[in-house]
Amino acid sequence: MSGWEVVVGLEVHAELSTATKLFCGCPNRFGAEPNTLVCPVCLGLPGSLPVLNRRAVELAMRIGKALHCDIRPSRFHRKNYFYPDMPKDYQISQYDEPVNVGGYLDLPGGRRIGIERAHLEEDTGKTTHLGGGGRIHGAERALVDYNRAGVPLVEIVSRPDIRGAEEARAYVAELRDVLVATGVSDGRMEEGSLRVDANVSVRREGTGELGTRCEVKNLNSLRSLGRAIEHEAARQVALLEAGGEVVQETRHWNEDEGRTSSMRSKEESHDYRYFAEPDLVALVPDEQLLEAAGAGMPLLPAERRLRLAELLAPRGGDVPAGAADQIVTVVSLGLDDLVVAAAAAGADVRLALARAANEAARAPEAARGLDPAAFAALVRMEAAGRLSATQSKSVLSELIEHGGDPAEVAGRLGFEGLGDDALEAAVEAVVAAHPEEWDRFVGGEEKLAQFLLGQVMRSTGGRADGKAVAALLAKRRQGAPAEPGSRR
Amino acid sequence: MSAPGGQGGAGGSRPALEVAQAVRAGEVSARDVLEQALEQIAGRDGELRCFNAVTATAARAAAEAVDGRVARGEDPGPLAGVPVALKDNLCTRTAPTTCSSRILEGWVPPYDATVVTRLAAAGAVVVGKTNMDEFAMGSSTEHSAFGPTRNPWDLTRVPGGSSGGSAAAVAAGLVPVALGSDTGGSIRQPAALCGVVGVKPTYGVVSRFGLVAFASSLDQVGPLAATVEDAAAVLEVVGGHDELDSTSLPLPAPRLREVLAEGVGGMRVGVLSDMLADASPGCAAAVRAAAEALTAAGARVEEVSVPELLHGLSAYYVVAPAEASSNLARYDGVRYGLRVEGEDVETMNARTRAAGFGPEVKRRIMLGTYALSAGYYEAYYGRAQKVRAVVAEAFARAYLGAEVLLAPTSPSVAFPLGEKTADPLEMYLADLYTIPSNLAGHPAMSVPFALGEGGLPVGVQVLAPALGEREMFRVGAVLEAAADPKARAPLAAGARA
Repeated sequence: MSGWEVVVGLEVHAELSTATKLFCGCPNRFGAEPNTLVCPVCLGLPGSLPVLNRRAVELAMRIGKALHCDIRPSRFHRKNYFYPDMPKDYQISQYDEPVNVGGYLDLPGGRRIGIERAHLEEDTGKTTHLGGGGRIHGAERALVDYNRAGVPLVEIVSRPDIRGAEEARAYVAELRDVLVATGVSDGRMEEGSLRVDANVSVRREGTGELGTRCEVKNLNSLRSLGRAIEHEAARQVALLEAGGEVVQETRHWNEDEGRTSSMRSKEESHDYRYFAEPDLVALVPDEQLLEAAGAGMPLLPAERRLRLAELLAPRGGDVPAGAADQIVTVVSLGLDDLVVAAAAAGADVRLALARAANEAARAPEAARGLDPAAFAALVRMEAAGRLSATQSKSVLSELIEHGGDPAEVAGRLGFEGLGDDALEAAVEAVVAAHPEEWDRFVGGEEKLAQFLLGQVMRSTGGRADGKAVAALLAKRRQGAPAEPGSRR
Repeated sequence: MSAPGGQGGAGGSRPALEVAQAVRAGEVSARDVLEQALEQIAGRDGELRCFNAVTATAARAAAEAVDGRVARGEDPGPLAGVPVALKDNLCTRTAPTTCSSRILEGWVPPYDATVVTRLAAAGAVVVGKTNMDEFAMGSSTEHSAFGPTRNPWDLTRVPGGSSGGSAAAVAAGLVPVALGSDTGGSIRQPAALCGVVGVKPTYGVVSRFGLVAFASSLDQVGPLAATVEDAAAVLEVVGGHDELDSTSLPLPAPRLREVLAEGVGGMRVGVLSDMLADASPGCAAAVRAAAEALTAAGARVEEVSVPELLHGLSAYYVVAPAEASSNLARYDGVRYGLRVEGEDVETMNARTRAAGFGPEVKRRIMLGTYALSAGYYEAYYGRAQKVRAVVAEAFARAYLGAEVLLAPTSPSVAFPLGEKTADPLEMYLADLYTIPSNLAGHPAMSVPFALGEGGLPVGVQVLAPALGEREMFRVGAVLEAAADPKARAPLAAGARA
């Protein structure tokens, strides 16, 4: 694969979290008994007509706002093709006049992926093939559940800006976070409320032109997405390196076999015979709609990452090494508010971030319920040396599990932090007991610091805070005479 | 040729508003009115074949409910006890809605069309579903899977179409009023050929919810009636905004009956001269006579040439089939209606559609599919949309100098059964003068005015700009008063009796 660049564009279908379907009053709900959430409209019965769900329009525009799109007057078209799970045998979708045009999504790694468009459309029903291994061909019977028919979808189409499987996964994860954070969709890939198709092509590194692409379907998890792109790119590279050509086609990802296979070629692709949907009128984004779309818009993941970065490195300085990944973790788990609250209460931001990204992240759900004031107090205690790192982690997990006041919890766990006097006394005792090692430390042998610290920890039964001890040792050395052989 | 119709009495051969008045006053019961109508249908429909279904049981229940309201002193509604026939593409819970197609044979919708609900709320009593060209595609009612309806004036002739069953039922006096649908002339042309009044309202004035779609951007429901006033009364009931139809205009139903006596003094009327050239002498003469009648009534009448309107026909036969090809895709054997089994879904789809659709429907589905196909879209559908815009602009220019326009409804009187079935293009020409109003979304009505070739009725068409129903009905009322009474069915029979 070396010498090749993998180019990916993603089409993400997100089901909107509306109470009702896109064109009728049926509940939009997953998991009900088949064909119980249906009416003449979503069953496409003769004579029925669609009426646009205003809330779905608001949510679609909300996505547009979150992805920095241009929100435009739009209209619906009919996409015509026969399929048993599509009640009208056409899908009402937006075609050349979509509601959201242009835009971008910033990935945690700093890359900006362009958004082509994000348009509204209706979902289809769901077909289950019985017999013949579940595939369409060879199946003995097909059962159709129309509960999903007419559920509102927004299809978000990226530009071919994504480079490789890893970035594709990062894009979908970030997009999902945005959709969930804005309350637009529940983003559950396993329930099919978030579905991804990947357009994959390869080209020689340094080439400007795009290669011929294949669209890969049936990607049901981030894992399948990554694997499928890797496989499909490798297949295309092997083809090209053998002197062959990539044929534009739609390919099906088989998760069990770990490979893609041809579904239909470009020639076999449907002619959808799009035309403007005569049963609906044009959709104009009036002030009221736009206001509702933007109402209560939360900070988006990218903004939340920026907020932490600015706390860590004010005035545009560099974020300390290791902190960038922690920021991503903390934001994606929704623990960033804890860190921000701790910082506001005067706690050490770096330490708060570390505790949130490592310890709190182990039980993110419970940690999101943590009292920010208690978290801030704990971080302050640790920073002040009143608790060792180990002790602080224990107290934190206790706080996450049961709540409470950190000082009280530390006391209950026996973490009576050494007072400053006791700590100083312990250091003096160790220096006195190990004069030779102390002299070598003063003479510049840094490794002796670890030895002396270890002795203090041992003599205090682990109750001393390592950082505080190290600081005391350093302070004492500064004050010591520099001549070799001197004694205190 | 003699006008058809019943023997007078309280049945279908009395105007709907007279019936309603009598029922409201308790002079006659809705149940008695209904029984007379059912009797007339039983007596005449064997040879006429107006009805696909007669819903006697549900009708008796509805009539008794009306009588109950009258007895309790409640308002039974403006159409209390009026027997109404519905074109068989209007959804009804009480009877199958077949569109005169094998593919929907026996299908009973789980809901009523908005117009049906409104009629019932007004006290009207639905007596049955009327025959039509399959999915409203045709101009003679011969393209019905259940056999043609015959013209009550001459049983060897067509009643026109596609709302031929509704027009013939009113003409024969089986019901005083009926609903039809008009996509390219399907209310007005059969009304003209049967000597009754037929109205296609402005697009969006009447809800399409529950009207089985043929061409959604053109379809509009409207009344067929023996009198202009009855047509106005029915439109007042079924019209007005419906939130279930997104293309429904946000307006109440037009107030029409209050303007019927206003006359046409000072009104500017344009006679579409291009439409007189190809019409039969009898049809052209009727329009000229109508123009004179309007002049005599004080209107300022002038001939105007708007040749662009005649291009509407070719645009229509792209747009309507294109929309139909999509609207009729759902008849795939999966959920309802006919299913012919096959080894896989695709085969089942294909066999079902091959067996379920008649030749004219198949022809239009193929036309429309072709017109929308990649590579042909611009040349056909795109161009047809441009022509549609040209027609609208031509109308707009014509309406700068006139409040209403006058034209023949049909190029000819009712033609013999079988005359045009072998030649689709000849059949399509029957709608040449009615199609422009559909393309523009404008209202138009046909008023029976004179007898033409063979003593058959001729309708004069009154066209108006969008929401010009009130002016249109004023003209309609004047024409009705000036018309040859022998050209009107079925009241002429009663009048002469």
